[in-house]
Amino acid sequence: MTVGLFIPCYIDQFYPNAAIATLTLLKKLGVDVKYPSRQTCCGQPMANSGFEHLTQGCNDLFIDNFAEFDYVVSPSGSCVLHIKDHLHSPKEENKAVDIRKKVYELTEFLTDVLQVEKLDARFPHKVGLHQSCHGQRGLMLAQMTELVKAPFSKPLHLLNMVEGLELITLSRPDECCGFGGTFCVAEEAVSVKMGKDRVADHLNHGAEYITAADMSCLMHLEGILRRQKSNVKVLHIAEILNAQ
Amino acid sequence: MNTAFKDHSELSDLFNKDEARVDWHDETLWFVRAKRDKAAHGIPEWESLREAASQIKNNVLSNLQDYLVEFEENAKKNGVTVHWAADAAEHNQIVHKILKDQGVNRLIKSKSMLTEECHLNEYLKNNGVEVIDTDLGERIVQLAEEPPSHIVLPCIHKKKEEIGDLFHEHLGTPAGMSDPVFLTAAARKHLRETFVTRKAAITGVNFAVAETGEFVVCTNEGNADMGAHLADVHIACMGIEKIIPKRNNLGVFLRLLTRSATGQPITTYSSHFRKPRPGQQMHLILVDNGRTTQLSRPDFRNSLKCIRCAACMNTCPVYRRSGGHSYHTAIAGPIGSILAPNLDMKEYADLPFASTLCGSCSNVCPVKINIHEQLYKWRQVIVKEGYAPAKKAIAMKVMEFTLSSPLIYKNAGKAGRWFMKHAPFTVNNKLNLWYDHREMPEVPKESFGEWYNKNVKND
Repeated sequence: MTVGLFIPCYIDQFYPNAAIATLTLLKKLGVDVKYPSRQTCCGQPMANSGFEHLTQGCNDLFIDNFAEFDYVVSPSGSCVLHIKDHLHSPKEENKAVDIRKKVYELTEFLTDVLQVEKLDARFPHKVGLHQSCHGQRGLMLAQMTELVKAPFSKPLHLLNMVEGLELITLSRPDECCGFGGTFCVAEEAVSVKMGKDRVADHLNHGAEYITAADMSCLMHLEGILRRQKSNVKVLHIAEILNAQ
Repeated sequence: MNTAFKDHSELSDLFNKDEARVDWHDETLWFVRAKRDKAAHGIPEWESLREAASQIKNNVLSNLQDYLVEFEENAKKNGVTVHWAADAAEHNQIVHKILKDQGVNRLIKSKSMLTEECHLNEYLKNNGVEVIDTDLGERIVQLAEEPPSHIVLPCIHKKKEEIGDLFHEHLGTPAGMSDPVFLTAAARKHLRETFVTRKAAITGVNFAVAETGEFVVCTNEGNADMGAHLADVHIACMGIEKIIPKRNNLGVFLRLLTRSATGQPITTYSSHFRKPRPGQQMHLILVDNGRTTQLSRPDFRNSLKCIRCAACMNTCPVYRRSGGHSYHTAIAGPIGSILAPNLDMKEYADLPFASTLCGSCSNVCPVKINIHEQLYKWRQVIVKEGYAPAKKAIAMKVMEFTLSSPLIYKNAGKAGRWFMKHAPFTVNNKLNLWYDHREMPEVPKESFGEWYNKNVKND
């Protein structure tokens, strides 16, 4: 089994540690993983802004980079959802369809494909899990509070394998943080308020770390935490699942 | 309220100047969402009910012309006068003509989002007809000369103290009195006088049953019944999508409607109107006003399944923190944001962008409208039709250029300089919009790509 590691542009540029942790974790679990170095961005920032028609260049690159692998794995639910929903190619639609089927967000790859039941990880801290919307409601990484259906959570299932980790509960377990791509500047006031409210929920319940399967939400929450001069840190879930 | 020159973002910015008020608004509506959750979780077959409702409505939309004709025939047989209105203007003219023919210049109206959509009150007022809204929340916003901010809870943006002040000014309640029970009693007394003196009553319609020609009006206050039963002329106004095929379909919709809206098992009054009582006139106006246009848009037609429960507003983290008026349209929130561009794409070009696409709206929708997916699709349509701001279009071109080429991306990305200017969160090049309330991410000494080349590639 070969896995292509898809690292979203903003993780590549701002959060290399999340990417390194993802790579290390996958290797630790015995996966043959490669990082195609010609990758850039999935095109989501343009598409969600209404410019999906400008994303063909990104789509073509994505197909060139990832068609050869058995699986494509990424530490970002949002970018994976974009690929799943919107990767198309007028020239090579069969390849696009194939990639849409084999692209996985990291935690679902661990629980569904690798079926990980045990992790060698230790993180003795109080952690709040932020359920990023595109991962949760789009990829269905966890049950949603709106639905009358049996609960489950792939990220929680994994966090529960980490020694010493204490999960905090939240008043609103799956409310959006307000990042929303270009929403975060186009609707700055509401975006910031949503972020502040999410941060407050975690702080009120004693979180030392906020984690998520999406770094973009965490970048937004981190921006607010740091502005508030809070000691609480954000960490991508891969960094916790890989912690010693 | 003049909102003509401000978009959702600017209006939300104003709303957020008073953070304590935003907290109060958010908590109030979250409380309603929590009640909805409790009610929904009390019904084990909830998800099947939603699916049933969705399929009934899909059937209606696919056979709308037949159900409308069937409904009209049966309503006429029952003695109801049926009118057809192509748009808001024709609807308003029909109402006015009925009133003129009866020599009526004062009327009462129970809650109807359709008449809000058609701006009926304003039209009638300009034509010398006095309208008094009898739904308590509607009456409050009417006294405040504001549009409703929520389709089920019209004055949810007002605190009880503000309502006390309004009642003091208009209904003569004691200054400073804000006790809800006292204020409700005062409104009740005031409205009783109007109920017995007005000869004409307008109601909305929640469901119109094709097989029987009857229509159902749901209220918690009984004000629709009080108005319609006392008036000589009852005018019911409905959008053409309110049709359901059979009376027993109500067993699905009435169970979903109020659980989704307020968390109640059912509305206090679910009144069936079938025929006029002897001596009474009953008129029913079937209004298109853009609905057939929406029906012709494959990506957006199923927005017409909406039963106006407002669950999508209560759950929307953006709506709760921006207030209904920030949507500058009669129907606010996520559902309003997919309905409004159909009516006027230019004026409402901002609304599909007033969302993080979190998807909570689609999950609470009792008729399973894929609201957040339609928001995404409207964005594409609005940009293609040329209603995107020019600056944004340029920024997107720059992004396309850079991200389409690995080499340009790598060079541009060195130490994050390009990203600081062009990343999704700074896309319109105003760094301060991120930085006003958030720190920028710290730029690492090397990107992951650079790290990988050094440390892994040649392993």
